[in-house]
Amino acid sequence: MIKYIIKRILTIIPIIIGLSLLMFLLSRFMPGDPVRLKLGPNASASQIYAMQEQLGLHKSIIIQYFNYLTGIFRGDLGMSIRTGRNVAVDIAETFPATFELVVFGVIIAAAVGIPLGVISSTRYNKWPDFVIRIFSMSGIAIPSFLLAILLQLIFGYWLGIAPIIGRGDILPLKITGLNLLDSILTGNGAAFMDGLKHIILPAVSLSIATCAQIMRITRSNMMSQLNKDYILAAKSYGLPKNIVENRYMLKNAFTSVLTIIGMEFGSLIGNAFTIETVYGWPGMAEYSIKGLMYKDYNSIISVTLVIGLLFAVINIVVDIFYSAIDPRIKIGN
Amino acid sequence: MSENSLNYTPDTKAQRFKKQIRKLFRNKLTLLGFILVFIVIICGILAPIIAPYPGSITGVTNFGGMHLPPSMQYIFGTDEMGRDIFSRVLYGARYSLSMGVVVLTFSILIGVPLGLIAGYWGGKVNAIIMRTTDTFLAVPSIIMAMVVSAILTPNLVNTMIAVSFSWWPWITRLVQAETLKVKNEQFITASQGAGASKWRTAFGEILPNCTSIIIVKATTDMGFVILTGASLGFLGLGAQPPIPEWGNMVAEGRIYLPNMWWESIFPGLAILITVLGFNLLGDGLRDLLDVEND
Repeated sequence: MIKYIIKRILTIIPIIIGLSLLMFLLSRFMPGDPVRLKLGPNASASQIYAMQEQLGLHKSIIIQYFNYLTGIFRGDLGMSIRTGRNVAVDIAETFPATFELVVFGVIIAAAVGIPLGVISSTRYNKWPDFVIRIFSMSGIAIPSFLLAILLQLIFGYWLGIAPIIGRGDILPLKITGLNLLDSILTGNGAAFMDGLKHIILPAVSLSIATCAQIMRITRSNMMSQLNKDYILAAKSYGLPKNIVENRYMLKNAFTSVLTIIGMEFGSLIGNAFTIETVYGWPGMAEYSIKGLMYKDYNSIISVTLVIGLLFAVINIVVDIFYSAIDPRIKIGN
Repeated sequence: MSENSLNYTPDTKAQRFKKQIRKLFRNKLTLLGFILVFIVIICGILAPIIAPYPGSITGVTNFGGMHLPPSMQYIFGTDEMGRDIFSRVLYGARYSLSMGVVVLTFSILIGVPLGLIAGYWGGKVNAIIMRTTDTFLAVPSIIMAMVVSAILTPNLVNTMIAVSFSWWPWITRLVQAETLKVKNEQFITASQGAGASKWRTAFGEILPNCTSIIIVKATTDMGFVILTGASLGFLGLGAQPPIPEWGNMVAEGRIYLPNMWWESIFPGLAILITVLGFNLLGDGLRDLLDVEND
C-alpha cells in the first residue's frame, strides 16, 4: 500500500515538469512586455533594463527555465511583477480560501447528488425520477456564474437572508487558513456561523453542476445493478427493500461515483474562478485573473502548477479510497 | 422458404435514415434538445432579419433609453448604453455557435489523427502522444484556455484558439481508447493481410469505426465549449465588448444588479438554453448510436 502511494506520488513529477515547461514556453511567447506594463509609459530605458535584469529575463531561456524549475523544488516560485512579493507567499495567502470553497462544494454535491441518484433509480420512470432528472439536466447546463447571480438576487437582495460578498467578518485564529475548520479547532462558534453563512451561497452555486453529474452517474450505475443475480437473490431471501438498495446496490455503484467525484474536482476548480469573481471570494481566482491581465509570468505559471498538483493529488486520494470500498481492487498489483 | 423472406428487400439508405430519425425523436427529451438547438441556430442565422434593433450590436449609445425594464417595445429591456438586449442576445447566438463549431473542428482535426496514430502505432509514439495529452489535461480545460487566451490577448478569435488548445487532448484520448478496442478485430488483420499500409488501415478501416463516438462527443461538447467560451467572456478573458457575446453581456449587466436584473439574466438564460439543447441532443444520439457512456 505505502509502496503504491509512493509510486503514484512519483508519477506526479513528470506531469509537473511537463506542465511547467508548457506554461513556461507559453508565457515567454506572450506579446507585450510585463516590465513595461508594470513600470508605466514614463519609465526610462535603464529602469526597464534594471528590472528585467532583476527578474533574470536577460539570461537564455533554457537557463531561465532551469532556474525556475529548481526554484519550484525549493519552494521558491519567483517574484510576482504585480505584487512585488514571492508568488509562493501570495499563493499561500489565497489558496486556502479556494480550497475551502471547493471542498465544501464537493461535500454538498455528494451529500445531495448520491441520495437523489438513488431515489431516481429506485423510482425509475415515476414522477420523482422525472423531477430529479430535469433538475440534473438543467444543473449541468446552467453556467455557474448565472446560477451565482440568481442566488445572489434571490437570497441576498430579495429575501435578504444571506450575505453575498466575501468570506465573513468574524475571523477565527488562523491555523490552517480554512476559516470553518479553524473556527471548529478554536471553538469559535460565532466565527463558524459567520463563515458558514458566507460560504453557503458560493458553495451551492459551485456544486450544482457536480451534484447533477454525481446524480446522473449514481442513477445509471444503480440501474445497471437492478437486474443482477445477487439483487434477485437478496430480494428472494426477503431482505427489506432499503437494505438491498442502500447496502447492496449503492455499494457496488459507488466506485464509479468516486471516479466522477475525482474527475469533477477539475471542473469545480475551474468554475471556482467565476464563482469567486461573482462573490468577491478572496481566493486564487482574483489573484490569477489579475496576474493574467498584468502578464505576471511567475504567478500565472505557479497558479497553474498548484492547480495541476492539487488535481493530481486528489486523483491519487480517490484511487486509495477505491481499494477501501472495493476489495476486488488490489492496490499495488 | 417463406414468401416473406423471398420478398424481403433491405432498406434503402434513405429509408434507414428515416427510421433512425424516428427512433431518435421517440425520446421526448431528445426532441426537446433538437428543438432548442434548432431555435438557437435559426436565431443566429436570421439575427439581422429578426432583430428589432440591429444597431444595438455596436457600441452606440442611446441615452434616452438606458436601463429600461422589459416591455413590449424592448422585450428583454435595454442595457447601460440604451441598447436593445433582445437584439444583442439574438446576435450572441452567432458568436457562441461559431465558437463551438470552430473549436470542435480544430480539436477534431488535431485530436483524431493523433488519437489514431497513438492507438494504432502504439509503443513510443503512443507514449509521447499520450503523455502530451496528460500534460494538457493536468489542469482543468477552462484554466488552460484562460491562460492561453490571456497570453494571446483576449479577443474573439484568440479565445477560439485558446479553447481549441485546451480541447483537442480530450478527442485524442477518446479516439485512442476506441482505436485500441478495434485494433485487434479481424477486419483490421484482414486489411493488414491484404497489404494495406499502416496509414490506409488507420484512416480507412479504424477511423470509420470511430465516427459515431466522435459525433456523439462533438454534439455534447458543443454545449460545453459554448459554456467555456461564455465563462471566459464573463471573466473578461474572451470576446470583448461591444461584441454581443453572452458571457461578457452577463458580466456587463452584473454591475447593475439587483435593480436591472434583466441585463445579466437574459443573456445568461440564452447560454443555459443552448447548452441544455446540445446536451439533450447528445444524450439522444448516444443512445441511438449505442455509444458507451464515458
